[in-house]
Amino acid sequence: MADIVFWFVAFITVFSAGMVVTSKSLLYSAYSLLFTFLGVTGLYIFLWADFLAVVQVVVYIGGILVLIIFGIMLTNKITSVNISHSSMQKGVGAVVAIGFIASLGYMAISSPWLQAANTEPAETTASIGRLLLMDYLLPFEVASLLLLGALIGATTLSRKDEDG
Amino acid sequence: MYRDFGTILFLVFMGIVLIYAPLVIQKLLAPNDPNADKLATYECGEESEGSAWVQFNIRFYVVALIFLIFDVEVVFLFPWAVVFNELGLLAFVEMGIFLLILMLGLAYVWRRSDLDWVKYNVKYGRGRYSNLYKKSQTIKGS
Repeated sequence: MADIVFWFVAFITVFSAGMVVTSKSLLYSAYSLLFTFLGVTGLYIFLWADFLAVVQVVVYIGGILVLIIFGIMLTNKITSVNISHSSMQKGVGAVVAIGFIASLGYMAISSPWLQAANTEPAETTASIGRLLLMDYLLPFEVASLLLLGALIGATTLSRKDEDG
Repeated sequence: MYRDFGTILFLVFMGIVLIYAPLVIQKLLAPNDPNADKLATYECGEESEGSAWVQFNIRFYVVALIFLIFDVEVVFLFPWAVVFNELGLLAFVEMGIFLLILMLGLAYVWRRSDLDWVKYNVKYGRGRYSNLYKKSQTIKGS
């Protein structure tokens, strides 16, 4: 049963990722990205990373995808823009994609994988919290500074044309 | 853990089925006799004009950006909440510092009126608009 679900999730991820690249409309690409993100969520669950799976839904689907769709809707006269109808530099892109797949495949075959016992691990959220607040406290607090910088920078950039 | 996510998967599956089942049933049962008037785009009885592609207000984007930042902040709150009883006051202070730094960001966007849907940008403030004019000047001057 788990095998069937895994292959189903993997198929959805790869197929919708292909749709993102090949779709003629930018908006269809954005909506295909939704299913890619959902598929990656499923893959995280199969890797027993439950916290990461929820973060994937909350941040990527709930935040970044919405931002991408807003970005498309903000684009003026999108139907007449050439970039929404074609992919550019297909040759170079194909070379990069094949090289990337080859290096990933080589890594997957050559690396000695640790065989874990086939038992369900405990939930990861509590241990992440413990590590975050005890061992990695400084990176955690620095992350808030990073978020503050991102907030101020993003609002300043998007405000530019209104105040000027 | 698989068991919990299995429940979620089942709910997602049932959600998809329950949306598509009525559509399939009506496709099978309903008579299909289209004409030009029936196929026209319905817009509250009015005839629709122009393209649906209109440029959205940039404010949507700014608000979505601000939302994304605080979305990530909320993600950090979950592991903290799980171990809060265990670590007690120490965890409270640590998260307090984290939230305080991000509150600075909230105060910043609030003060620069990025949260206002309509920005106060009145050019000629006279009569009943004079208060608005003063307010726009104080915000700009800050």
